Amino acid sequence: MALDTVVIAKSTPDTVQPFAELGLKPDEYARIKEILGRRPTSSELAMYSVMWSEHCSYKSSKVHLKQFGEKAPYSDALLVGIGENAGVVDVGQGYAVTFKIESHNHPSFIEPYQGAATGVGGIVRDILTMGARPIAIMDPLRFGPADAPDTRRVLPGIVAGVGGYGNCLGLPNIGGEITFDETYAGNPLVNALCVGVMKHSDIKLAKAAGAGNLVVLFGAKTGGDGIGGVSVLASETFGASGPAKRPSVQVGDPFVEKVLIECSLEIFAEDLVVGIQDLGGAGLSCATSELASGGSGGMKVQLDKVPLRDPSLSPEEILMSESQERMCAIVEPSKIARFLEICAKWDVTVTVIGEVTDGKHLEITWNGELIVDVPPRTVAHDGPVYNRPMAQPAYIDQVNNQKVIVPIPTTAAEIKAAVLKLAGAPNLADKSWVTSQYDKYVQGNTIQSQPDDSGMVRIDEKTQLGVAISTDANANWSYLNPYQGAKLALAEAARNIATAGARPLAVTNCLNFGSPEDPGVMWQFAESVRGLADGCLEMGLPVTGGNVSFYNQTGSVAILPTPVIGVLGVIQDVRKRTPMSFTESDLELYLLGETGEDVAGSEWAFLHNQRVGQSPVADLAREMRLIEVLLVGNSFFVAAHDLSQGGLSAGLTEMVLRHKVGATISLDNPGIALISETPGRVIVAINKSDYAKLEALAVKNEIKVSRLGTTGGDSLIINESIIPLSELSKAHTSTFSDLFG
Amino acid sequence: MRIGVITFPGTLDDRDAARAVVAGGAQAISLWHADADLKKVDAVILPGGFSYGDYLRCGAISRFAPVMELVIEAANNGMPVLGICNGFQVLAESHLLPGALTRNSDLHFLCCDQELEIVNNKTAWTNSYSVGEKIVIPLKNGEGSYQCDDQTLAMLEGEGRVIARYVGENPNGSRNLIAGITNAKGNVVGLMPHPEHAIDELTGPTAQGLGFFTSILNAMVK
Amino acid sequence: MKKRFFESPAASFKREQTMATIVVDVMLKPEILDPQGNAVASALPRLGFTFATSVRQGKRFEIEVEGDVTPAQLTEVEKAAEVLLSNPVIENYTVRVEK
Repeated sequence: MALDTVVIAKSTPDTVQPFAELGLKPDEYARIKEILGRRPTSSELAMYSVMWSEHCSYKSSKVHLKQFGEKAPYSDALLVGIGENAGVVDVGQGYAVTFKIESHNHPSFIEPYQGAATGVGGIVRDILTMGARPIAIMDPLRFGPADAPDTRRVLPGIVAGVGGYGNCLGLPNIGGEITFDETYAGNPLVNALCVGVMKHSDIKLAKAAGAGNLVVLFGAKTGGDGIGGVSVLASETFGASGPAKRPSVQVGDPFVEKVLIECSLEIFAEDLVVGIQDLGGAGLSCATSELASGGSGGMKVQLDKVPLRDPSLSPEEILMSESQERMCAIVEPSKIARFLEICAKWDVTVTVIGEVTDGKHLEITWNGELIVDVPPRTVAHDGPVYNRPMAQPAYIDQVNNQKVIVPIPTTAAEIKAAVLKLAGAPNLADKSWVTSQYDKYVQGNTIQSQPDDSGMVRIDEKTQLGVAISTDANANWSYLNPYQGAKLALAEAARNIATAGARPLAVTNCLNFGSPEDPGVMWQFAESVRGLADGCLEMGLPVTGGNVSFYNQTGSVAILPTPVIGVLGVIQDVRKRTPMSFTESDLELYLLGETGEDVAGSEWAFLHNQRVGQSPVADLAREMRLIEVLLVGNSFFVAAHDLSQGGLSAGLTEMVLRHKVGATISLDNPGIALISETPGRVIVAINKSDYAKLEALAVKNEIKVSRLGTTGGDSLIINESIIPLSELSKAHTSTFSDLFG
Repeated sequence: MRIGVITFPGTLDDRDAARAVVAGGAQAISLWHADADLKKVDAVILPGGFSYGDYLRCGAISRFAPVMELVIEAANNGMPVLGICNGFQVLAESHLLPGALTRNSDLHFLCCDQELEIVNNKTAWTNSYSVGEKIVIPLKNGEGSYQCDDQTLAMLEGEGRVIARYVGENPNGSRNLIAGITNAKGNVVGLMPHPEHAIDELTGPTAQGLGFFTSILNAMVK
Repeated sequence: MKKRFFESPAASFKREQTMATIVVDVMLKPEILDPQGNAVASALPRLGFTFATSVRQGKRFEIEVEGDVTPAQLTEVEKAAEVLLSNPVIENYTVRVEK
């Protein structure tokens, strides 16, 4: 295949080009010709095809996501908002914290280990590129049915991949989720979150400013990894018999990334870069066009200078390559020598591949011939924007009008059986099989990790300042009512933070949905975004960034709408956090918040194959008052544990098994009390002498308080049901080893 | 007292080891793998991590680092050296300690709070403990299975060169539940679990790992 | 090798090339525990393959050299195998030439 240059493109306007195979629609191809005033070269075609793919351009979601900006609550903690690689918030004492969550769903179905591994690698680089040292990761994961053969293929590989990459980077895994549902069979969800810390003055942005500044590529060499991965995999559903296009999965090397992290941090410490961007989806196409767009627009790149692992790569392939562990920096000429020295120290491959210019175009040459000459904004930011048709699907009215039919445990034996059943349910069971494959200790600052309500890391060893993060989603509620589902997930993540004594500060999100070409899915998406935006405004928590993953479906069946919400909060002194559970007897247990009959969308309903009913309605004003109770109560709460899936039954189970100290509980209407999943409830343990304080605090904030019982003993006793901790533990801890060996 | 902490490319727990050194009462000196310079330290720690990505074999490439030549020489002259996890692997590949660390028998990376029994408190790194003392410190690795031939095993046991054993179920398939060993002189110690992550109860399961970092001060005083 | 979507002239050329290779195979010594080999041996019958009485897993290094392989090179490779490619405490190795 001969080199297709700009000169040739100008003189051969009628050349037939394979735009459809590259994922471009005819109108998009026409638009490219309009922008350039000629047909694109094959390299330009390659760039537009990857950058205008759904995964990179957000063409179907942009019109909805702008609500996060339009409805953004004022927050003086927000230092960098949506639009950059990750959001940045001020946490006090001169520190800025950056965090973001991303998806790597389709590759993880194809190649679980590498899909998950490179998902972690990608999000970590996003954090690094903001100028921060990555300090922790989290992994919300969703799989098909726990006992399905394909889950047995996919889960161990994904867990090994998350652990394999994250452990080797030296990042503690401080939490995550594991959810099983047939909706994810064939479409597992691998969302990865990373958080990093830096001083305010360290913040870096992705812009190529200053004509004459050098464009520097460093990190791994470029090979044929994942060519077309982004445009092919994430922008297309799987056919019933697997992906239609040739699967292209990237392979990661965490050692190279670890070295890249240390090298980059030294470079940042000496203030050697003007702008920086990591190479993720769409590789060099993305980095060059985004950096150029972020500056005044002009950049010249000599593509033949890119160091290659595979010398036979064509220019188009180099532009589309998704080889991992690469970064692109803009460096002033006076600083390049030192930059190169630091790379040499860490043995990191580094090459100057171009420079920032005065012009408005991104010009790329191959051995002196011009093969790309485009206005970079048209590639990186002005991609197609779709206003896809949406329509409330028929199922909504149907399911909302049906009543949930489940047995309500009443007798002592039924109560005991229900508690044991929930304790052993795959969605609620002990997850040590998974979490013991993750290093939670490295860096020596992990204060909370699984199975606590939120992950917490200390960021200053002298002042004990810390941050807490939680990710949450409830696809069952989002299915029944996407608007409420998103709000409820937001409330839950914020409540998880506050339960430990940290004040919520900012939000990230990973929106996992089916095909945007399905009006029903598009409606679910639009409603979820609207719910999240409204919720964030009401709670005063800005969305700092996030990720959209569409096309999670096999054939015509989309996954349940799964918006994963991540909330980050601050705690002034990690030593004063409220632990999740108690080690002493004779403490008093109280339930904050009122329990209603919220069985629709619950784990109990799920276990009984009931997917109908109405989701709870979020009362964010009340949630915010509950958060105040938790933050003030931190000064005297001995322990606090948030209730979510599995309701009070799961909450009590988790609390008594944490340190193997039992409890004696009295409940009116125990059946509903145990299985209902009314949001906005927390179990707290206090010293008897502090009851007056608790009552006053609750009354002041209009939060209901009801006494549950006392701690102590070697059983969980609920009214007449006596469940020995040994039996409860066995039910809770056998599930995963029984399923996965 | 100056204790060197070596950083290889891919080392992860160097800052944590340095923190533990300071908590134990000594000064932590950072040593770079490529510099043949021990900076006049009194002892050396090879920390945990994935040096060189565990390429080829864990510790196989690190052992040829310029700094390691000096470490081997110093160790042979009696300088105390502690290898933790990946550090233990480097010491084994360097033949400063016998045997080898191989893949965990169940093939999974394992991070857990592991109970150990200290069985030899005559080394430079374990004299703060009493024989038979049980401690709980984090174990976190994928290649922690201690293997050696029968002859070596007989020698280690016969000469009392096992310093710590796993208590309870064998977490990784190590022969004779060996969690750590020492050389004949008692100055070079290799340990798979991580004492540097058990120096306070805020961030670790216990503070029982601190003893390794106070022992070395006792050893130098003598 | 398949023809690639955006294949360069260099890639077309390489598809027609052949090389001289020295192969070093490294295996764990028979007495050393091989959990990976055991895992494979357990997985085979689960997939319906019953031919194996045991499985051991090792490593293979493919070393490309220019031109033909010389005896001197082979000696050097043996040394490298002894010192770096294998850990003689727990592994054995073999060296051979492959066309």
